[in-house]
Amino acid sequence: MEIEAKSHPLDRYLRADRIPHIWCPGCGLGTVLNCFLHALEETDIDLKNLAVVSGIGCTGRVAGYINVDSYHTTHGRAVPFATGLKLANPKLKVVVFSGDGDLFAIGGNHFIHAARRNIDMTVICVNNYNYGMTGGQLGPTTPLEARATTAPYGNIEHPFNLCHVAAASGAVYVARWTSLHVRRLKESMKEALNKKGFSFVEIIAPCPTAFGRRNKEPTGLETLKYYKEHSVIKHGIDPAEADIEMGGDIVVGKFVDIEKPTFDEAVHELIKKARK
Amino acid sequence: MKKQIKFYSGNIAAAEGALVAGCRFFAGYPITPSSEIAEHMALRLPQVGGVFIQMEDELASMAAILGASWGGAKSMTATSGPGFSLMQENIGLGAMTETPCVVINVQRAGPSTGMPTLVGQADVMQARWGSHGDYEIIALSPFSPQECFDLTIKAFNLAEEYRVPVIVLMDESVGHMFEKVVIPPKDKIKIVERKKPTVPPEKYMAYKAEDFVPEMACAGEGYNVHVTGLTHDEKGYPQATDPEVQDRLVRRLCDKIRKNEKKLRDIEEYEMDDAEIAIVSFGISARSSKAAVRFARQHGYKVGLIRLKTIWPFPDEYFEKLADEIKKFVVVEINYGQIKLEVERNVGREKTHLLPKMGGEIHKPEEIYRKIKEVYNGN
Repeated sequence: MEIEAKSHPLDRYLRADRIPHIWCPGCGLGTVLNCFLHALEETDIDLKNLAVVSGIGCTGRVAGYINVDSYHTTHGRAVPFATGLKLANPKLKVVVFSGDGDLFAIGGNHFIHAARRNIDMTVICVNNYNYGMTGGQLGPTTPLEARATTAPYGNIEHPFNLCHVAAASGAVYVARWTSLHVRRLKESMKEALNKKGFSFVEIIAPCPTAFGRRNKEPTGLETLKYYKEHSVIKHGIDPAEADIEMGGDIVVGKFVDIEKPTFDEAVHELIKKARK
Repeated sequence: MKKQIKFYSGNIAAAEGALVAGCRFFAGYPITPSSEIAEHMALRLPQVGGVFIQMEDELASMAAILGASWGGAKSMTATSGPGFSLMQENIGLGAMTETPCVVINVQRAGPSTGMPTLVGQADVMQARWGSHGDYEIIALSPFSPQECFDLTIKAFNLAEEYRVPVIVLMDESVGHMFEKVVIPPKDKIKIVERKKPTVPPEKYMAYKAEDFVPEMACAGEGYNVHVTGLTHDEKGYPQATDPEVQDRLVRRLCDKIRKNEKKLRDIEEYEMDDAEIAIVSFGISARSSKAAVRFARQHGYKVGLIRLKTIWPFPDEYFEKLADEIKKFVVVEINYGQIKLEVERNVGREKTHLLPKMGGEIHKPEEIYRKIKEVYNGN
């Protein structure tokens, strides 16, 4: 049976000729991308000046689906690439879209330093607790005791609390949601996009294929049910108190929203001074 | 506008050359013996409206200059051995995504931390294929502060023309040597800019190339370009499971350099007209070689110098032709035989001799003279 293809209201934001995407059934990435496109629709960001930069991994493929200037770079290096892009062309709104392994293991050093410098960019991190694309290996966010292909006896490493890392490194906006919180997530993305400086949004998202089925949540739906039952909204708390544990509550909300001069402003001030 | 005479070190001359070429973005990380380039760029870039940023490491520096290039700026970094190693993955991204940029490597003695303050020339092969996969880059090698200035400008021009990372392979001695540098009047310096799209966005194919090099649309120009390190088709879209697309892309990336070797060839011939023996050298080693050739000529030896200013692509055809005319080739380099491999490949093993140094010191002209005598007398 042939199905007539109909256009989607968000088609204008997508490279429709690249759909269907590569993500598995039950993956949270489609939902997160949908929230991002809705967030774009509800802000007045000029798409011509929007650039999306990704690293490597499942989330790293986001850049290739959005119909703007998009850069799919090397593993871990999306943030420094985005730094160069933004500093060379201050008109750009630069968004880094990548996963927890890309941004916080191989790219961890770049993340903390971009946050420290307060480079004007928005970093959206989809945290699915593991390396999905390579088959479900342990990552820097895998909760203690969770199983991964390289942690067959259960994880013995302490994970990063990404929002705590971001806040401690100097990010001016830090929020966490799950992929179930679509409206709140969209609102947070809008705030982050409109924020001047280094803004960070973490999204906890299901990875049934690589993580869930090894950890008693074999479908995306079960993971979403878990989010529904265990998410606790605590705006404004110290993100140090929002650690994630296997079987525990997931603290979500907006944790940081402060003002600080950006590197971009400082460097252009410096140029003005040097040119006098 | 008049020419200016300056007294510059090679490192400062390279930085000044970059500014003249239009470099407006520098990202780097401190490392001996290249740090003066970063320091000079930190001082000078803001004066011309450019951005300097010191990154957290060389991985980030290389990534940042690629990003800046897509942001529309001419961009550069400078480093030495260990940092150059860290940059390799993103040099590969630069080659794959055809991103114009310049990487200066002021070589010190290696491997590993080696001799941080002393000279080496052992990154020649790494400059060629230090990143994984098949690709070609361009590498230039200056032998004086004047050439650090001139060849850095040329490096930017070639990066823009061929859309490829261009490596300026300096060495510690040339980088730290002070000499007279003549800055020509601005209108006498050729500056090349990247080709911009000539068609509207709906017709634009980001990686379609008529003559090897595609037109480049940067961020914010309305072309909605997708740039990826994955194997991509002419539209720029990933085709990571199609060997035909891979074949087309890799062939073009390599051929745009290989098939332009003659155009890119830059060789200084010294006393080569009647030479029976040719010294082959580059960078600081070519200066010792030149002195040795001069001395040997005074003593009646028919010897000349072939100095490589463009090291990659290697001038295979040039050496192949010379193989019939020249009896022996002596390669003088501060490594254990890297350029020697290339010479040997073209002129034959029996004709090729090596005078190496493992690093930390330059050749004395008399050592080279002794080698000339030895080779001349068939020992």
